[in-house]
Amino acid sequence: MAPDRKPARLSRRAVVSAPALLAVVLLRRPAGAAPALMEAAIRDFTGHAPVSPGKVRLEIPPLVENGNTVPVTITVESPMAPDRHVRAIALFNGGNPQPNVITARLGSRSGRAVLSTRMRLATSQRVVAVAEMSDGTFWSDSAEVVVTLAACVES
Amino acid sequence: MARTLINLPRSARRGEVIEIRTLIAHPMETGYRPDASGAVVPRDIIRRFACTYDGEEVFRAEFFPAIAANPFLAFTTIATASGTLTFTWEGDNGFVQTETASITVT
Repeated sequence: MAPDRKPARLSRRAVVSAPALLAVVLLRRPAGAAPALMEAAIRDFTGHAPVSPGKVRLEIPPLVENGNTVPVTITVESPMAPDRHVRAIALFNGGNPQPNVITARLGSRSGRAVLSTRMRLATSQRVVAVAEMSDGTFWSDSAEVVVTLAACVES
Repeated sequence: MARTLINLPRSARRGEVIEIRTLIAHPMETGYRPDASGAVVPRDIIRRFACTYDGEEVFRAEFFPAIAANPFLAFTTIATASGTLTFTWEGDNGFVQTETASITVT
């Protein structure tokens, strides 16, 4: 006869708390740290000044197949006059290893406050555009992007 | 020398807002990607771009690894006078490239 083996005892409490613990572990993955990095990068850009939503329009496809090259256009509402213009436009992301994408400096000689480029997206994430006006105010727009094939994972 | 594409109107009326589109061939290696042997490929990106119009800076940008390979950038400026626009890209490993384009303003 086989020796009487005691089954490993799992307390009711352990069973009940396991899914919650798993959820915490999943949320604590690096992807969870990136939005905090983005917040810090935005604060660095604004110098802790408040950022209001509006005036900025961030155009990015909501669903992209290939995260290696995603077209982005940022348009800021501004007369672009010598006394009232956009001083800078910055783009941030919440899911790549680094929160910055591009920081552009422009002025009244730009005529229009519009900027287009192509960015990488490592995963589905939130993208934020922030504009600095000549009066020192900051405005922003954000977009959620779903990526089906992320950058940096091909080959 | 990396290949570049610069697209802007050949002529414009004074005060007109012109769009400038630039593209430069560059891998924009992020510094996060492992190669076939598993070692991380060192970062090699373009860090800065600037556009000057007759010597005066009209646009400047700082790039980060999240910019896609072969960086594309479109921006605008006001056509003030006939002259030369100079585009400069600077990056890691001493990468510097300067291109010029001329515009006739009537």
